[in-house]
Amino acid sequence: MDESQRSDEGRRRFLKSVGALGAAIPAAAAAQHAGHVAVKAEKYMFLAPAEVAFLDAAVARLIPADDLGPGAKEAGVTYFIDQQLFGGWGAMAKMYRQGPHTEGTPQQGYQSPLTPQEVYRAAIAEVNAACAKQYGKSFDKLATAQQDEVLHALDEGRFPLDAVPPRFFFNMLLDNTVEGFFSDPIYGGNREKVGWKLVGFPGVAAAYTAHVEKHGVPYDALPVSIEDILQGKSALDEHGHPKHVLLVRKD
Amino acid sequence: MPTKLKPVDAVVVGVGLSGTILAKELAEAGLHVVGLERGRWRDTDPDFAMPHAHDELRYVKRHELMQDLSRETITFRNNAAETALPMRQLGSFRPGEGVGGAAVHWGGLTWRFLPWDFETRSRTLARYGSEHWPAECTSQDWGVTYDELEPHFDRFEYLYGISGKAGNVKGKIIPGGNPFEGPRSRDYPNPPLKTSYAGALFKDAAQKMGYHPFPTPSAALSQPYTNEYGATINGCVYCGYCQFFGCEMGAKASPQTAVLPNLMKQSRFELRTHANVVKVNLDSAKKRAVSVTYIDSRGREFEQPADLVLLTSYVFNNVRLMLVSGIGKPYDPVANTGVVGRNYAYQTPSGVTLFFEDKVFNQFMAAGGLGMTIDEFNGDNFDHAGLGFIGGGFFQAATSGSRPIEVRPVPRGTPRWGAEWKRAVAKYFNRSFGIAIQGACQSYRGNHLDLDPSYRDSYGLPLLRMTFDRRENEHKMSVWLTNKAAEIAKAIGPSKMNVTPRTEKYTIVPYQSTHNTGGAAMGADPATSAVNKYLQSWDVPNVFVVGASAFPQNGGYNPTGTVGALTFHALAAIKTRYLKRPGLLA
Repeated sequence: MDESQRSDEGRRRFLKSVGALGAAIPAAAAAQHAGHVAVKAEKYMFLAPAEVAFLDAAVARLIPADDLGPGAKEAGVTYFIDQQLFGGWGAMAKMYRQGPHTEGTPQQGYQSPLTPQEVYRAAIAEVNAACAKQYGKSFDKLATAQQDEVLHALDEGRFPLDAVPPRFFFNMLLDNTVEGFFSDPIYGGNREKVGWKLVGFPGVAAAYTAHVEKHGVPYDALPVSIEDILQGKSALDEHGHPKHVLLVRKD
Repeated sequence: MPTKLKPVDAVVVGVGLSGTILAKELAEAGLHVVGLERGRWRDTDPDFAMPHAHDELRYVKRHELMQDLSRETITFRNNAAETALPMRQLGSFRPGEGVGGAAVHWGGLTWRFLPWDFETRSRTLARYGSEHWPAECTSQDWGVTYDELEPHFDRFEYLYGISGKAGNVKGKIIPGGNPFEGPRSRDYPNPPLKTSYAGALFKDAAQKMGYHPFPTPSAALSQPYTNEYGATINGCVYCGYCQFFGCEMGAKASPQTAVLPNLMKQSRFELRTHANVVKVNLDSAKKRAVSVTYIDSRGREFEQPADLVLLTSYVFNNVRLMLVSGIGKPYDPVANTGVVGRNYAYQTPSGVTLFFEDKVFNQFMAAGGLGMTIDEFNGDNFDHAGLGFIGGGFFQAATSGSRPIEVRPVPRGTPRWGAEWKRAVAKYFNRSFGIAIQGACQSYRGNHLDLDPSYRDSYGLPLLRMTFDRRENEHKMSVWLTNKAAEIAKAIGPSKMNVTPRTEKYTIVPYQSTHNTGGAAMGADPATSAVNKYLQSWDVPNVFVVGASAFPQNGGYNPTGTVGALTFHALAAIKTRYLKRPGLLA
């Protein structure tokens, strides 16, 4: 029995012991607790320490850690955003950048001349400066209720920003947070597949031909990531699809 | 100065769904054919290989298979009073780029438009009178009927191996199929896909209400299939990474799986990738195309002479090349004259999301075209008297692949973020499904495509400008259809429902569908159509413009099946008539 199978056994036993947890929460999510994600020191490529602190605080409010499991901060979403900003997307690699630039209507979408890199850099500085003025400290040092107030103000367009419209920045941040929470862990977020476990998504798909007509039967698979496959941690079928390990629920 | 190349018989501009079929058939008929594709070569291996094929961020959010807007995009405005601004990132639609075009990442729903769709104007006026016709609506008859296209629908479905269940074979209604479809000469080449739980619940409820549910016709194949070109398409394994993805199994019919294996063996065909056609060159009388000019990846300019020019790229580039090259008169919505850019239309999607407390749907086990459909409320399948709109759409309980970055429905009223959102996502990701409505979209005088006066592409050419909004007809239709779908949803018994008709101003931001149509509309009258019923330019008869650009308006279906039929219809006219006697086909 290899390491991964052993840990599956452990999870299975654990699941049996918490079998009464309730049907609403996917089984894999029940196997994780808020703090149970190994934290490693990340090598940030774009974000400055103050920006890391801001994002750690902000994403922890957008997707908080709670009794359902880890949140965006624990999932490594800040690091995910760093990597995305440093890569092609952050520099608008596949986006049209030529001017002239005007803000246009909401229906016309992204019209800022700033790249996502520049949007984050400018907006975080502005939010922190405004928090310092109003509360005497930066966003990450505020009480969570105050942080929520700031985020709501951005979301509702009430928080004055100069570089970009407040909702433009907030939507980018929320979109990236969701991406970082649910994308393949190969991008640095969704650490230990916490996002997938939360919702019961198996990640890289198996061949489901034999399952698709098992109507209403939960499919509680241990999620498989691209990295798992690249590292040989998942058994594969002849087409390269992982053979999912199903968690057996006795409830 | 461009390098002038040796003349060929035919040049195909855009090597996607239509281009691959036309190139293969004409090369086999003895023509020397060059395919010019601005993107790169793509194939199942290595481009769609496991495990990277199952990467939602890469394919859905970072648009791996889709158009690179840094080189070329469109500009957009809702109406002529606004200034059009560039679509700087992909949103509402996701055109493809590279060999295979958007037919690499398509969802695979393969429909025949209804007989009514091809005669929208005359049948509406005949049944309801002119007072029922929407204001400023320029929808029209196609100049071709369903009966004329039937053999070509059949050919395309058998080439692509479509999985489905016939509902009308030569006039005989077949239980379990779509009784509203036009008569077909025979059944689909492959049986339908399996039935998902969502599909089964929808089917049961719809049947009890007296409707006629049937499996959605799909290009994800229910079993391995070898087509007339000798290409074998595999059977789908329901992995759920289908629409927006290439298929690692080779189980989704596409140019790669159905046509290219044969086409690339044709000795009279030559494919040139990274060949960006910037202009079709006409003779001095502007009555004949003599060549196309393209620029390669090293910036070298080439002139490729050809007797026959086939524009087979996506809607936008077909129309832009016509405008840039002076093929046909540009449409002027103020004077209501000209034809190129006229009758741009889209789709009016809406839906109902059903939430359950006690049912698990595993909607990630899926195929792009997996679903159960009813067609009672499409086209003119129902009486529109007194409803105040024309058109309709099919309703489908879709199991097309739930992946959590993009598909994570929550009941209306749930906050957008925070603990309550998280709880709702965790609870309902796997306890919800949607009934999707593919609403039609009529064409209107103010909705059109032309060249933007300010913004340019990386070659310095003007971008195409889109002026578009849905009208009262579409909004009324969407409300009525969505309420009908909500009745079925209610009968299924969810704990909560989101009922979401499409009534807001059109926005280019959220994804809706890659079903852009028109701009080089076909028809019987050169005053109101850019191409004739054979998709041949009225003005420059050795140019054929093939694709959804020819739709005079969009029906309540995904367009690809009808694009396939039009491709074979144009091919038949070229092969059997045009090549024997080049000139305008009457």
